[in-house]
Amino acid sequence: MEKIIIWLLPLPPLLAFILIILFTNKNRELSHSIAIGAAGLSWLGSMVVFMSALGVKEFGKHIFGATINWLPTGVTWLKIGVMIDPFSAVVVFFVAWTVLAIFVYSIGYHNFGQPKGDQDVAGIPPHGAIVTDKHGHQHSVPSIEPMYSRFFAFISLFAFGMYTLVVSDNLLTLFVGWEIMGLCSYLLIGFWFGKPSARNAAVKAFMTTRIGDVFMLLGIAFVYSFTGSLSFRDIFKPEMLHALASTPAFFGMSAAGVIGLLLFIGTVGKSAQWPLHVWLPDAMEGPTPVSAMIHAATMVSAGVYMIIRMFPLISAGWTAGMPLNTTMSVIAFIGAFTALFAATIAVAQNDIKRVLAYSTISQLGFMIAALGIGAYVAAAFHLVTHAFFKALLFLGSGSVIHGMEHGALHTGDHSADLQDMFNMGGLRKKMPVTFWTFLIGGFALSGFPVLTAGFWSKDEIFTEAFGNGHLVVFIILAIAAFMTAFYTMRQITLTFLGEPRTKAAEHAHETSWTMTVPLIVLAIFAIGFGWVGIPEHFPDIGGILPNWFHEFVGGTLAELPKEAEFSWVPLVTSLSVALGGLSFGWLAYRKVKSPEDDKLQIPLLKHKYYFDEIYDYLFVKPAWWISEQFSYLFVDRTVIDGFLHSVARFSLFLGYIFRNKIDKPIINELMGDGTGNVVKSSGFGLRKIQAGRIQYYMVASMAMLVLFALLYYFLIRSM
Amino acid sequence: MSIPLSWYLILAATLFCVGLFGVLSRKNAIAILLGVELMLNAVNINLVSFWRYRDPAQMAGQVFAVIVFAVAAAEVAVGLALIISVYRQRKTVVADEIDLMKW
Repeated sequence: MEKIIIWLLPLPPLLAFILIILFTNKNRELSHSIAIGAAGLSWLGSMVVFMSALGVKEFGKHIFGATINWLPTGVTWLKIGVMIDPFSAVVVFFVAWTVLAIFVYSIGYHNFGQPKGDQDVAGIPPHGAIVTDKHGHQHSVPSIEPMYSRFFAFISLFAFGMYTLVVSDNLLTLFVGWEIMGLCSYLLIGFWFGKPSARNAAVKAFMTTRIGDVFMLLGIAFVYSFTGSLSFRDIFKPEMLHALASTPAFFGMSAAGVIGLLLFIGTVGKSAQWPLHVWLPDAMEGPTPVSAMIHAATMVSAGVYMIIRMFPLISAGWTAGMPLNTTMSVIAFIGAFTALFAATIAVAQNDIKRVLAYSTISQLGFMIAALGIGAYVAAAFHLVTHAFFKALLFLGSGSVIHGMEHGALHTGDHSADLQDMFNMGGLRKKMPVTFWTFLIGGFALSGFPVLTAGFWSKDEIFTEAFGNGHLVVFIILAIAAFMTAFYTMRQITLTFLGEPRTKAAEHAHETSWTMTVPLIVLAIFAIGFGWVGIPEHFPDIGGILPNWFHEFVGGTLAELPKEAEFSWVPLVTSLSVALGGLSFGWLAYRKVKSPEDDKLQIPLLKHKYYFDEIYDYLFVKPAWWISEQFSYLFVDRTVIDGFLHSVARFSLFLGYIFRNKIDKPIINELMGDGTGNVVKSSGFGLRKIQAGRIQYYMVASMAMLVLFALLYYFLIRSM
Repeated sequence: MSIPLSWYLILAATLFCVGLFGVLSRKNAIAILLGVELMLNAVNINLVSFWRYRDPAQMAGQVFAVIVFAVAAAEVAVGLALIISVYRQRKTVVADEIDLMKW
């Protein structure tokens, strides 16, 4: 029963995509009903699977799974199949909830029910429409997105990709889902393709993640050539892991290490880790539900999901307490570095969505670092809690921008950048639901103690890092966490607290229920989901609720990982960085009115350490140069065209020879005209004997008779 | 049997040559037809004299001669009809002027 549901889990969104694209494109209401219905079906299936997984004792040993033969490979088969183990069960849980929330939210975000704008064209965000009420007053109101149905088709495909990835029991179908999401991110980031910035961002996201994907594909090929299988269950067999770990490959690393590293580069691209992080902030050009989709439900979560999924391979031959192997060290380093690096950039960003984008990169760094130091459960825990509160924050920021647009349309003043936090302020009174849910999301992101989910997952990472002696990682992450709390509070303060700084903010308006209800649902998870993973040794409240998450997800591994020893150091650190960052952020920004008052607008941070410029200089410009100067002008124009031209000239010459030396004199003149001329002239000569006088003919006949008679007589008879 | 075969043959050859000369030299189409008749009768003399001198038991020579008469009569009828037809069309019976088939 569960197996059938798992097989069917990705299908409804795919069907929705096909139906909307092919049939219901014209009908907006039907399109979003189909998309949400499909998301709802997948949600229902996910919940059924999740609940029945909860009911199985020692689920890690008795997972749901099914395989079918797919491609014959000589005498064996390449199998594909589906699998839900404890880890994918919790991932499917958060994917189902966030996808459904984002789908519902999209209805309101794209102004369903509003009139069509006069100037709206496909590919440009709607400008708003002017309506006249019954008193004859004209109002400008938000107008509906021109490509409304297409949006739902694309996010349905996106959801299909994520479900496929999560239920896969092998690297191949996982990679298929992975690439479908890559395509969808391209389509959706570039959804408003009329904006050059959106176009460029779409290409950038696609190209950057492609770099990671190529390495990941190499990793998959390596796994297959080594083990002859792509199924997780085959690869993660103890004897197979042992063989992988004990086979040397390159650079003094084992085969397991090299494969792990290659797959990790895929994660670096997909989950926007340094140095491939550049695409994610630009991805903010897409509509906000897409940002939420990319940042929480699908894309970047998929990268972390994959690398957590491959943890047995990465950690093959390693047990808790041992020094990290090379691959794990690299992962821990990249994760910790990215966490701090992105957090510092986030501090100086003024765009409400960009702050969140960098916070995502930073939080993904936390997960990657946790995985790198072997804290499997902590990484998975942070993945889930982060998905909830980051979906909440993005949808909240979309709600804020929407409210601001409402204000801008109301006042008719479109001069201000509606995403710039310095143009906001005081929105808590105008948009109370958005404010409170955003506050919950922000506090969860900061790790506000005890209450929020983010605290528990982050605290677990700290505890693991400290307890297992990875002090460098611990300190870097602590600093990053402090900055996280700081910039989150900066964002909340600038956006919601104080007084409105522009007319648009003054006239901002709470958004419709389709947008606020998903916020409330996600806010409940942003608080409540932390309580399933409270460590048992936590003072006072530990043990009241069992540490279900650790038991459940830890059961995915061959042996249940030990919970790290409780220590006051990480707890105090966690408390102090969260509360310190929050209060420091509030103190620093409660009086700030404009960017000039902001002391942290450091050019280096503002320009994101000039990474875009560096990459432009290092990769984009040389690529341009090579394609222009080398490929086009030299190879194509000079070498290839030159060769072709000389072939053409030679052919022309041959043709000239054939025509003028052979065809014209011999064929035409000699044979063609010659035959005609001979016939003509001989006919001209011979016609004289046709005199028309009967007696001439007779004389001629007689003469011939005599001639032949003489010839006969003298020649033949005499012989 | 005092007259030898050769006399008859010489007579026939002479008659044939007279006919041939008439055919080749006369302009009048009717005269040409007359010449043709002379040549046919020269042949008849040949046929009959060969039959009489070589193989009198057989009737082939006489039969051939009778067939030639019949054919000659038919031929003259057709020929004269043609000449009358041509004359009606062109008002002439001069062979040189009847050159419709000329190039």
